[in-house]
Amino acid sequence: MAELDTSGGGHKKKGPGVKKGKKLSTRVDLTPMVDLGFLLITFFIFTTTMSQPTAMKLILPDDKVKPEEQNKAKESGALTILMGDDNHIYYYEGQLKNDASNFLSASYNGENSIRDVIMKKKLQVRSIAQDPSDPEKDLVIVIKPSSKCSYKNVIDILDEMSINVVKKYALVDVFDIEEQLVQKSDANAKSSSN
Amino acid sequence: MGRAKLPRKSTTIDMTAMCDVAFLLLSFFILTTKFKPSEAIAVTTPSSVSSKVAPNKDFVLITIDKDGKVFLTIDDKQKRETIANSLNATKNLGIDVAAFKSASFVGASFGGLKSFLALSEENRKGDQLPGIPCKDSTDNELIVWMQVVNEAYAGTKMDLLLKGDNVAKYPAFKNVLTAFKRNNIQKFQMVTNPENAPAGSELYQKSMSGEKQEN
Repeated sequence: MAELDTSGGGHKKKGPGVKKGKKLSTRVDLTPMVDLGFLLITFFIFTTTMSQPTAMKLILPDDKVKPEEQNKAKESGALTILMGDDNHIYYYEGQLKNDASNFLSASYNGENSIRDVIMKKKLQVRSIAQDPSDPEKDLVIVIKPSSKCSYKNVIDILDEMSINVVKKYALVDVFDIEEQLVQKSDANAKSSSN
Repeated sequence: MGRAKLPRKSTTIDMTAMCDVAFLLLSFFILTTKFKPSEAIAVTTPSSVSSKVAPNKDFVLITIDKDGKVFLTIDDKQKRETIANSLNATKNLGIDVAAFKSASFVGASFGGLKSFLALSEENRKGDQLPGIPCKDSTDNELIVWMQVVNEAYAGTKMDLLLKGDNVAKYPAFKNVLTAFKRNNIQKFQMVTNPENAPAGSELYQKSMSGEKQEN
């Protein structure tokens, strides 16, 4: 430990009869200083933001491609997801029936989540696949956000695509009839919860 | 027979070394901490499982705030100058190139750009600004902005980023997409917060088996 020479420089020897001054210890108790040091360390560790924002890629389809050249989705492998107001979410498989009997509601997480719906659809597509080399070839998920849904909802669903490793999905404008259906269901959900 | 006396050992420990280590770590953390600069446009981004870190240079960032207002940030000062000059030439706006060059973001219509640039940097707060008009396909100045940005970045690398607020409504997002599509921009990235893949999902199993995410 570092120690200072406390003995005075000038008078090496004191005359007889002169009392020796008590030598004070130069050792300082460093415990509080260490305490303080570690306190500050913990503070800075917790305030340091290590996580940097990430970016997810999205590639938009080209609108100018003629409809004939676009690949058509098979009805058996199509799943349409519609997002409504206030975190409501709906889906239907294949084509929407005229009486809207296959228009079902789901949730973002928890019970009856959209993830389960997608996984079920995936299994179903796999079971009827004709091409064993690419069993999920026919699976296409169509995402239709209505005008009421939030940006978070869109990102959540796009994220769901990467979580469930869905290769083919499209962000499509909602049809009027579907938009009306979504709004009606939203209103129903709201009145039933009140 | 007297027993040999054991010398009594002191219980005080030398703290100097520990103190040194503590303060070394302390100075390391102080120096590495980067405090978030207060952002002019307050946006809380949604989270995604994407693990790719957002680029922090050569980017063009479109921000959608919680009210659906659109702001444009171009990080390259040289490009900003080019853009200001080309806007002055094509639209005859007469904007102050130097002020545009030093402005960190743009948040006004072409008509209001002069008064926007006249504001001081501290007074440019996202919630008080009108944003770039981007209502529908007919009233969408972002289309023009993206066009000049595209021209300015022609031949060089550009990362187009989109940063949206959680509660922003979908139409705002759609109008931005329209502006991208009109300029044949098909690829862009959305800024999100990192999140782990939920346990049990297919992606989770993939990442557990050591497969790398493909994006």
